[in-house]
Amino acid sequence: MNQPTPASAFRRLGGRYGNAMFIALALIAIAILVNVTPLKEQTWLRVLFGISALNFTLRATVPLVLGALSGILCERSGIINIGIEGMMLAGAFGGFVAKTSTNHWPLAASLIFSVAVAVAIGGLMGAVHALFSIRFRMDQIISGTVIIIFALGTTSYLYNRDAIAEGKFSSIALPGLSRIPVVGPVLFDNPPITYLALIMVVVVHVALFYTRWGLRTRAVGEHPRAADTVGINVNRYRYVNTSLGGMLAGLAGAFLVLEAVGQFQEGMTAGRGFISLAAMIFGNWNPFGALGAATLFGFTQALQNELLLAGVTRVPRQFISMLPYVVTIIAVSGLVGRVRPPAAEGKVYETEGSQ
Amino acid sequence: MATASTTTGFIRLLRALLIPFLALLAALLAGAVVMLLSGDDPLAAYSGLFQGAFGDGKSWARTIRKTVPFVLTGLSVALAFKVGLFNIGASGQFVIGSVFAVAVGINFDGLPAFIHLPLALVAGIAGGLLWGAIPGVLKVYTGAHEVIVTIMLNYVASLLGGWTVYAGGTQGQTPGPLWDRTAGAISETPDVLSSAQLPWLFGPPYRVHYGIFLALAAAVLIWWLIFKTPLGFEMRTVGHNMRAARYAGIRVNYTIILAMALAGGLAGLAGAIETLGLNHKFAPEFGGAVGFDGITVALLGQTHPFGVLLAAFMFGALDGGAAAMQFESGVPADIIQIIQALVLAFVAAPLIIRMIFRLRRQTHGDAGSAVSTSWSGP
Repeated sequence: MNQPTPASAFRRLGGRYGNAMFIALALIAIAILVNVTPLKEQTWLRVLFGISALNFTLRATVPLVLGALSGILCERSGIINIGIEGMMLAGAFGGFVAKTSTNHWPLAASLIFSVAVAVAIGGLMGAVHALFSIRFRMDQIISGTVIIIFALGTTSYLYNRDAIAEGKFSSIALPGLSRIPVVGPVLFDNPPITYLALIMVVVVHVALFYTRWGLRTRAVGEHPRAADTVGINVNRYRYVNTSLGGMLAGLAGAFLVLEAVGQFQEGMTAGRGFISLAAMIFGNWNPFGALGAATLFGFTQALQNELLLAGVTRVPRQFISMLPYVVTIIAVSGLVGRVRPPAAEGKVYETEGSQ
Repeated sequence: MATASTTTGFIRLLRALLIPFLALLAALLAGAVVMLLSGDDPLAAYSGLFQGAFGDGKSWARTIRKTVPFVLTGLSVALAFKVGLFNIGASGQFVIGSVFAVAVGINFDGLPAFIHLPLALVAGIAGGLLWGAIPGVLKVYTGAHEVIVTIMLNYVASLLGGWTVYAGGTQGQTPGPLWDRTAGAISETPDVLSSAQLPWLFGPPYRVHYGIFLALAAAVLIWWLIFKTPLGFEMRTVGHNMRAARYAGIRVNYTIILAMALAGGLAGLAGAIETLGLNHKFAPEFGGAVGFDGITVALLGQTHPFGVLLAAFMFGALDGGAAAMQFESGVPADIIQIIQALVLAFVAAPLIIRMIFRLRRQTHGDAGSAVSTSWSGP
């Protein structure tokens, strides 16, 4: 058949991990090149690929990749989750309330407790979404919308503007690794949730593709009838996966409050849940693909930040701030058709005779 | 025979109203529980809410004023639902409609009102049409799911709207084209010329403008379009079964783009009416939540144009009474948002309502229109 070319090898890998991973890898290669060669004297290149831009990219990527992993867990089992935005916000708020009420504890204990609360709240929201979609057969997109509106309303209603969270996670430099030029300060000198997010990508990948649980999850999302026939409890898998997905979204909320900002703000997720969904689609429902896509979207957010700080452009700031959203639209319009969602997504599963 | 058919029609109407009514009731009860749990007094809150919505002439005026945008954004979401599309983009379309209307409204000095006002309204509709058509076109030609595209376009619209009234930056950024030069550092447009302002039906202190009639007319027009025209039939067919519609020779792609554009036009009209009738200018903070509330209004109204009217009135009353409720009882007005989310939850899942109120289960006709097919296109 076709003569193998270097490009075809890339295409094969691309098909496996999603196109996004390759754009991200190319960006990383350029970034290393810029930072170790005299190229960094160029203002524009420094704005785009300097250490500060890369650090910001990673910080912006963490909530996106956690949200995308949340979406992957839900959708691989057949539940569409557009409520990630709301789960993130609820998790952020839960973490904030836990932090403000344990300010007198030792900092580490208080922070870890707050992360646990955020994750638990996220998981609870996930369970509610599963309950709506499975038990009450609500349309899954509407159920997700309910979660979002509910989270927005509840957090605004309960938010005490005088409460202040004291302290947040600080960076932990990994000994040795953090001294590697460029890569070290960007990847190996970060606060804990950032490390955790990167580890979760590997964990979800291994769990999804190399464990019995993962095989069954994918079966439930692709062909629930077949899964049911061999004795897999379809709806139990969906409940568990959606709750786990909610927990990851809650962790993303914890990152925003306890690691990035240090405080809660109303509506602080600012569309990250939706961009996560785009990252999930762009990454072809694969954890590593989602990481690549999230990095790309994170990079556009960093770009916005760096361009505004550096003052190198006279373009009004509103247009620079549009970048992440416009890139998201381009990404979802350019790729659908070449990516394939789980087959049974969005459909209620009923065992025969349950009517 | 005529009496028999009216009776069955009446029973059908009652049955259609039952679930939304019970959903509202359940949401108010659940809202009371939330208030009790956080130490607020629900009775004081609800009596404040009722007084604020219907207590006197001014309250009624406020309720009607708040109803208008809900009718139009609700119709926008409902129309898209009929075609099987989920329009979460009404707030972006609202913003673009406002900007277009105000751009016409602050220019063309000297035009007589009977030309200027309609021109500004049409500009608002056109802005919404364009903004709504984008997700339709992308869905048809690239398969991008309208939910993600409309949400992203909401953020883009809000930034774009912000830019048109941008007061300029410190690094030589030019100010936005609609910015009021006399406003100093404030980002807003000049006032709309009086020839483009929507006249008062009842002037201050009541401040009810003629927009309510436009909203009513839009509801009738959309009802006529959906249920009485061939195009409406095609839209409903696409909404029920896209594949069958395609086999039957219906231009599915055209119908999808047209429906999204019309949905956008309705939300754009809402924006135009709010700016020409009430705010008389545009500033970045106008707009916002009306689009998301349109979803709840559309579902509470069972995606029927006249149901949307009723639901919008309910929401107008909730929103109109919220401030008075906070003032009278000290309960934060945000509780209204929680109640609205609960209404959405209950009305979208009739099974919950049937469980709570122990209603007999219907065999069919219960499920709302299914929108979540998948992320891939048509």
